[in-house]
Amino acid sequence: MTVLAVAEHRRGELRDVSHELVSAGRELADATGSELHVAVVSGDVESFGDELTREGVDAVHTVDYGEEFNHDVYVQAVEALADDLDPQYLLLPHTVNGLDYAPAVAERLDYPLVTDAVGLEADGSLTVTREMYGSKVETTIEVESDHAALTVRPAEWPAAPSGGDATVEPFDVSIDEGAVRSTVTGFEEAAGGDVDISEADVLVSVGRGIEEEDNLDIIWDLAEALDATVSASRPVVDNGWLPKNRQVGQSGKVVTPDVYIAVGISGAVQHVAGMKGADTIIAINKDPNAPIFDIADYGIVDDLFEVVPALTEQFGG
Amino acid sequence: MKVLVTVTDVAVVDDEFEIDGLDVDERYLTYELNEWDDYAVEEAVQIAEDVTDVEVVTVTVGPERSEEVIRKALAKGADRAVRVWDDAIAERDLLDAETKAELLAAVAREEEPDLILSGVQSGDDSFAATGVTLAEKLGDEWAAVVNQLDLDQDEGLASVHRELEGGVDELTDVELPAVLTIQTGINEPRYASLRGIRQAQNKPLDVKSLEELGLDGSALESPLRWTATYEPESEGEATVFEGAPDETAGELAGVLRDEGVGQ
Ligand SMILES: Cc1cc2nc3c(=O)[nH]c(=O)nc-3n(C[C@H](O)[C@H](O)[C@H](O)COP(=O)(O)OP(=O)(O)OC[C@H]3O[C@@H](n4cnc5c(N)ncnc54)[C@H](O)[C@@H]3O)c2cc1C
Repeated sequence: MTVLAVAEHRRGELRDVSHELVSAGRELADATGSELHVAVVSGDVESFGDELTREGVDAVHTVDYGEEFNHDVYVQAVEALADDLDPQYLLLPHTVNGLDYAPAVAERLDYPLVTDAVGLEADGSLTVTREMYGSKVETTIEVESDHAALTVRPAEWPAAPSGGDATVEPFDVSIDEGAVRSTVTGFEEAAGGDVDISEADVLVSVGRGIEEEDNLDIIWDLAEALDATVSASRPVVDNGWLPKNRQVGQSGKVVTPDVYIAVGISGAVQHVAGMKGADTIIAINKDPNAPIFDIADYGIVDDLFEVVPALTEQFGG
Repeated sequence: MKVLVTVTDVAVVDDEFEIDGLDVDERYLTYELNEWDDYAVEEAVQIAEDVTDVEVVTVTVGPERSEEVIRKALAKGADRAVRVWDDAIAERDLLDAETKAELLAAVAREEEPDLILSGVQSGDDSFAATGVTLAEKLGDEWAAVVNQLDLDQDEGLASVHRELEGGVDELTDVELPAVLTIQTGINEPRYASLRGIRQAQNKPLDVKSLEELGLDGSALESPLRWTATYEPESEGEATVFEGAPDETAGELAGVLRDEGVGQ
């Protein structure tokens, strides 16, 4: 039997999640006595293929067609690979591009789909662990089927080490161009803006708990007293209260300050992706069960409207 | 032109809660309009304001409870609503993305919209897969995680930005009919006006059963079983300061000074 993982790349580079999929795939392959195959579609498939011969990979399949991700091409390529290899489990990344083709592939192959897996256990049947309610609870889903498509949360599994001895083989697919009904015309970087939060040593980061734009004053006051820079979670930016260049997270900036003070931020996975590398994480949140406390070093469980001014006062603000 | 928008309510869990069987005890849940759908509704209403002769229809898979958020969408400017529900659906623990998409597809086949807008995900179960599954079931084109949308009706094309990781947008042209999953921040969702809220009471809201959609129980079959729900073990070793705000702030200030902050 076979486990098939599909790599992800963008603008000439494999993304880290590709190597994490190899680790997750190896785990499943070991549990089911299967081979682990990896596929890479589009781009410089030859060099991607070499890079994907990681420890634990049995074979790499390359589909040489086009440069960048296009979901219509990916769906056709993965469908053809699945027809050929009949993988028991199909492992895809839970990334923005993963979300753009995994559901369509699963539907086309008639594989049940479980997304955003943080744990996989194959013991006779497959049990997938995933989170609900903004990471407040974990759930398990059992798949009563011989096949399944799974999207795997980035940064949950370690990257598989390089140095395997898998064969790399081109896989021939004739892509039906009539069925390619979307065209990627380019990329655009978010504007630079007034500050680069990824350069800051100390960040005071504000979340939806601040409730209203006018309340931001207490955040600016604290930042001034600490000589820190202000950053934010996504809803604050979505509301237009702070510019996009101050957003921390998956779709914003990745920051690694010495100290990160999260004020009224719950700690959603897409936020944590951007700040978990901070040296010291401090959380101020009224909810003792907020997931931010799982990664915090220090915390205060209380109303930010009381704590923040009191903290500012400590520094003479 | 017709725009179909998927709308759902999502459960939000209280700070303190208990789990009862497979789910959080109902006493600790409150329901609100899914954040992503709020942006999808706004996008549809803006299209209707920009282009003449656009009908905006919402579709929901949900119990009577969800009519509260459906009325909200109508108050913000949607023209009418369809709600799919059935005792057979109520019996299911888990409505996975494929099952939801199957039910939504039945409505879409009746409505034949030119454009379907859904949210990237629903904030409670976060499958993030319903919209694209729906597109594939209908044989429509699609784009996931859209944070900018320009419609060219003459060309039958939607030019979208897809918000990728790390502040990079992908620019893509998508042929219509299409399903777009809408990301937060694409627009500024309006508040419903009093007039809108009054009008919403008189807008049509049709409830459809499986049978009325020409479906039978097989539409609900799924090989996925929800088997357990639990609070994750805290991996953290956070030092949590307790006491009155001036005390906790004082202790935190000590930590910050030790780190060399604010000196
Ligand atoms: C594709 C995709 C990409 C995303 N990218 C990002 C990203 O880059 N960055 C990002 O941040 N998010 C991102 N998100 C959104 C993410 O899923 C969350 O919705 C978001 O991070 C939540 O922000 P928040 O913590 O500020 O708000 P919430 O989750 O609403 O949390 C608010 C917190 O404030 C606390 N609070 C409320 N009132 C008070 C008070 N008076 N005192 C103290 N505490 C209080 C509450 O207890 C709660 O924990 C993305 C989502 C998707 C689907």
